Amino acid sequence: MSQALPLNTHSSPHLRIQDLNVWYETNHALRGIYAEIPTFGITAIIGPSGCGKTTLLRSLNRLLEEGEGIRVKGQVWLNEVDIYDRVMDLNELRTRVGLLAPKPYPLPLSIYENVAYGRRIHGLDVLDKGNGRNLDRKVEHYLRTAGLWEEVKDRLKAPASALSTGQQQRLCLARALAVEPEILLCDEPTSALDPISAQGIEEQLITLKENTTIVIVTHLLRQASRMADYVIFLWMGELVECGPAKELFKNPKDSRTQAYLMGKIG
Amino acid sequence: MLIKQKLEESFFKILMVISTIFVLGSLLLILGTVLWRGLPALDLAMLTQAPQGGYYLGKEGGILNAILGSLCLAGGATIVAVILSLPIALYLQLYPVPHFTKNWIRLSLDILWGTPSIVYGAIGFTLMIYLGMRASLLGGIIVLSLLELPIMVRGMEEAVSMVPKALLESSYSLGATRFETAFKVVVRQTLPGLITAILLAFGRGIGDAASVLFTAGYTDNLPTSLLRPVASLPLAVFFQLGTPFPAVQDRAYAAALVLIVLVLGLSITSRLLSTRFTKNIIR
Ligand SMILES: Nc1ncnc2c1ncn2[C@@H]1O[C@H](COP(=O)(O)OP(=O)(O)O)[C@@H](O)[C@H]1O
Ligand SMILES: [Mg+2]
Repeated sequence: MSQALPLNTHSSPHLRIQDLNVWYETNHALRGIYAEIPTFGITAIIGPSGCGKTTLLRSLNRLLEEGEGIRVKGQVWLNEVDIYDRVMDLNELRTRVGLLAPKPYPLPLSIYENVAYGRRIHGLDVLDKGNGRNLDRKVEHYLRTAGLWEEVKDRLKAPASALSTGQQQRLCLARALAVEPEILLCDEPTSALDPISAQGIEEQLITLKENTTIVIVTHLLRQASRMADYVIFLWMGELVECGPAKELFKNPKDSRTQAYLMGKIG
Repeated sequence: MLIKQKLEESFFKILMVISTIFVLGSLLLILGTVLWRGLPALDLAMLTQAPQGGYYLGKEGGILNAILGSLCLAGGATIVAVILSLPIALYLQLYPVPHFTKNWIRLSLDILWGTPSIVYGAIGFTLMIYLGMRASLLGGIIVLSLLELPIMVRGMEEAVSMVPKALLESSYSLGATRFETAFKVVVRQTLPGLITAILLAFGRGIGDAASVLFTAGYTDNLPTSLLRPVASLPLAVFFQLGTPFPAVQDRAYAAALVLIVLVLGLSITSRLLSTRFTKNIIR
């Protein structure tokens, strides 16, 4: 069904994007992107609205192709395998590369089942059929990791739809983590949230970056500078500059990056 | 300009009131007639007995044969139709089917929908003769399920198309297949819509006379076997109304009343039941 993928090693980049092009019908939205996303840590994709951040992010787990009229050309190497290779198993790719969307969409299930959903699908706890205690522990673990456990531990069977938006986003984080992805893609994950919830999500992601590769799209420069270890700056579908966050923020090389960081454009 | 707008506005309002009165009026007229003539003829025996000797002359007996027959026919057909429709609707909506194929499937279903039910009956009957089958519950179920199919697929498609794309994507991005997403997420999310589609189709199936006339036949016996003929309520109405005796004609209205109450009752209970399963729906 799918080929075995080699485990990632820490020294090499986790994702290597090579001449990636995306068209929406005739709109050439991403133009010849070359970039490397380091293993672990937080990589931020920044740039003005409409520059292709979401497009780039969603090309990394190939969720982009769920839309119509979309054409992708190029390669994205996840360790030694091109995810755009014909033999790539999409479901395995999306299990390994998770996504946190801008607006939380819980599944039409209870809080508990939202977190358990992915684990059940992938049979991660099959050895445990007898009592389900292992799954219970995992659900608790990921709810704690997402900082939601204390608020929901007494109503795990309640509908996820009854949670506030901020809680729902943390539930979506727990749900994404529960399938144990090695990379987590986050598309403006705090844009629908109040400041307190937003701060919570930021803190969880910063904790997670120790053993997960996190790619975050944001149009908030302050957020990028707070969180990012590595930055990719996009401008009108092109990659203008990328590099370690400290360097890029202090000494941007390209004039467009300078202008964007100074707030003159975008 | 202002006068023109006012005229348009009041013209439209009048039109709306007229059509509302027309729709409600016909409904009340039908219900009123059925109640007026059927209710006095309705007694316990009608609901609990099959026709006895001389029933069609106004003597004792009931229409239990037709009640059970109709439930078996429409129930069986609805089950078959759900088994066929749900995959079609989910497939058309969730899988990347080429537009060309989609359009052909929809066109075929629309043609089926527009086909008069007597044509279903006639074709079903011809096929059954060819296969050496007698009029039977099975024959009726097959033909009725074809009759129900287009309305059910369309209704289910409608429901599934309302699912937000982002909800589907949140399932895909956990590594779930389309199949898992369809049956674990979409079906839950759209359950009320699916039930509406099923009820609409059931209503069409249980109310149809022409398609079961030749394929299921009619009998005074209660249904016992898939391979024997069965009675049905629409035909019970039809046959009793065709007799020259007013007392028997009133029983036709009673049978019609039973039919209406059955559909209504089923509709209400399934809606009540479905609220128990819809508390998790994402709005
Ligand atoms: N589904 C779509 N269909 C057509 N064009 C799209 C679609 N999504 C994005 N685009 C176009 O692609 C470009 C990049 O969009 P996007 O990646 O969403 O930008 P960003 O996330 O940086 O705001 C924009 O010009 C946008 O209009
Ligand atoms: Mg975006």
